[in-house]
Amino acid sequence: MSLEQVPDVTAVSTKDEFHVPNAHNEPGYRAMKQYTVARIGVWRAGPRYNTWSQLHFRADHATAQDAVFTDVPDGYAEENGFMPGQSQCANKEVYLTRPDLGRKLDEESKARFDATLTKSAPVTVVVGDGLSTSALVNIPKILPALKLGLAGYGIELGPIPFVKYCRVGIMDDLGPLIDANVVCLLVGERPGLATGESMSAYMAYRPNRERPESWRTVVSNIHAGGTPPVEAGAHVASLLKRMLDEQLSGVELSL
Amino acid sequence: MKLKTTLLGKTYGFGSVKEVLAKANEPKSGDELAGVAAASVQERVAAKVVLANMAVGDLRNNPVVPYEDDEVTRVIQDDVDEEVYREIANWTIAELREYILSEDVGTQEIRTLGRGLTSEVIAGATKLMSNLDLILGAKKAVVTAHCNTTVGAEGTFATRLQPNHPTDDPDGVKAALMEGLAYGVGDAVIGLNPVDDSLASVARLLHMFADFTEQWKIPTQNCVLAHVTTQMEAIKQGAPSDLIFQSIAGSQKGNEAFGITGAMLAEAQALVLEMGTSEGPNVMYFETGQGSELSSDAHCGADQLTMEARCYGFAKRFSPFLVNTVVGFIGPEYLYDSKQVTRAGLEDHFMGKLTGISMGCDACYTNHMKADQNDIENLSVLLVAAGCNYVMGIPHGDDIMLMYQCTGYHEAESLRQLFGKTAIPEFEQWMKDMGLIDGQRKLTERFGDASIFLERSGK
Repeated sequence: MSLEQVPDVTAVSTKDEFHVPNAHNEPGYRAMKQYTVARIGVWRAGPRYNTWSQLHFRADHATAQDAVFTDVPDGYAEENGFMPGQSQCANKEVYLTRPDLGRKLDEESKARFDATLTKSAPVTVVVGDGLSTSALVNIPKILPALKLGLAGYGIELGPIPFVKYCRVGIMDDLGPLIDANVVCLLVGERPGLATGESMSAYMAYRPNRERPESWRTVVSNIHAGGTPPVEAGAHVASLLKRMLDEQLSGVELSL
Repeated sequence: MKLKTTLLGKTYGFGSVKEVLAKANEPKSGDELAGVAAASVQERVAAKVVLANMAVGDLRNNPVVPYEDDEVTRVIQDDVDEEVYREIANWTIAELREYILSEDVGTQEIRTLGRGLTSEVIAGATKLMSNLDLILGAKKAVVTAHCNTTVGAEGTFATRLQPNHPTDDPDGVKAALMEGLAYGVGDAVIGLNPVDDSLASVARLLHMFADFTEQWKIPTQNCVLAHVTTQMEAIKQGAPSDLIFQSIAGSQKGNEAFGITGAMLAEAQALVLEMGTSEGPNVMYFETGQGSELSSDAHCGADQLTMEARCYGFAKRFSPFLVNTVVGFIGPEYLYDSKQVTRAGLEDHFMGKLTGISMGCDACYTNHMKADQNDIENLSVLLVAAGCNYVMGIPHGDDIMLMYQCTGYHEAESLRQLFGKTAIPEFEQWMKDMGLIDGQRKLTERFGDASIFLERSGK
């Protein structure tokens, strides 16, 4: 054993990871791998997976699992200047098995939001963990860009609520509570393999439970490897402004 | 019909056959979400006791969705072989279970029996079966089907090659296709889930598959799993498709959510028999999965296993070549963890085989479930032990388009070796002709090298 490090198994992208010895046509094989991120050219041990590709897969799944199953740390909302709140899910297990409860605020949060959030605001931004706690890493980048964009339209944001164990439908519960005009929920997406940090912005004009899902507008795939959060913030701000002007959202809003 | 029992000093009463069926189900998060699950483990067992004592006729006469209201119920009821049914109408569900497991009952008897059972009866027997019961029972129910080749024959184990790509890029799809074929995957079907449901894209991919399989003389079937209406239009315009695919549900309302009716499927079947590129007679491919009805609020108050059984009863009408449950795709609110997924996979496979359809399984999980690749490997072993016709094969088990994980290309040959099985005979011969396996069925240096489909080149 030496002091040198074992190389990171995830350092080589799946497009470039190649393990086939004595390939019939290695340059052609490597070239064809550039058309897909599917794990091909991985070779085998007998009929089973090669150790390195198997460990790479496990590392990527670990990223996804940690994103879903890690709780947002206590004090997250307060430390980031958000108004703390929670859905009716008592813990992660309830959250994963009862999407209906993840769409409703618990009584304590309702009372707090009712007392502290700005009523009838033009735009209310909400932050939620959703299916990826890791996606909250985008918040410090997207939020300033979003605020800046809105300020450009003369729109100021009031206090920002944070909802733990949050499903997208929470917008429909919160909106009527504070008579919100446009609600924008920044929430973690269900992770893919190796993409644990992806966030979505769901937006709706005067959301409530009677609205169909098609009333929501979504910008998804917000993360460093997708739509960069700063860029997404500006884009989301422009969409929110249009919703406010046209009093519409979702499929009704021509993009 | 008795709807009450006493268990361990406590009396349990149930309001209907539907309630007994739901509460007798093994634990599933989806049944809890629907509010139909047993409230305690003891109540679950009490429901099983009541169910075991019910007659086959009780379940037939109390479908979970009324005949008048639901096309799926009508298809299932109208297709019952009344002669077979009359023989068994008075059996209890306990007797039915024991008949299936008895030593004197083999493939012939089970296949005959299946013709006299409605989906509710099949679901009832399933709820009394342990996991090993389900494996043994299914193993007896050998079901073959023929499109270009024959799937399901004893001694064979097949796979669907699923070369999905996030943008349907034909070069990217082809790369995954070549890799899978180099691993001996794709004898059941080469089947792509498209991102783009447009006619032009679907037709382009069908042509690509057909050209490739013709060039390399690969004995299999091809399919692009777009909506049934898109595939029909593509076939009418001359696109070469061997099969027509559609997702189906266990209630009319569920099928409406998929935008289909029985008449539409019958029309599709007739079309592909006439204008498709395959021999037939089995030319339909269906996918199902416990919980899909609840997700479209079309479960009609029934449990998810019973609704799944009804999918198979409906599917049987169209003599499918392939049906697979996509067990674990829908998420933890329906099947919470690996234990529930394993159970559901074995249940679905057994129910499909007892119904008499060519049954496979997409053993899979999403990233928000308490499951991982080890669990899916376990399930795949249990499924092959149960005589499952086919499973999926995707690159390293990672579907880069649907964002879930299932059985990978490497599983196909691992499972064949483990159980002494071969691919579908014509495909097995093709693997030999291509030099992927030698005369002793040993893997060669070419096995797993997708570049054998490229021109030879120097380093």
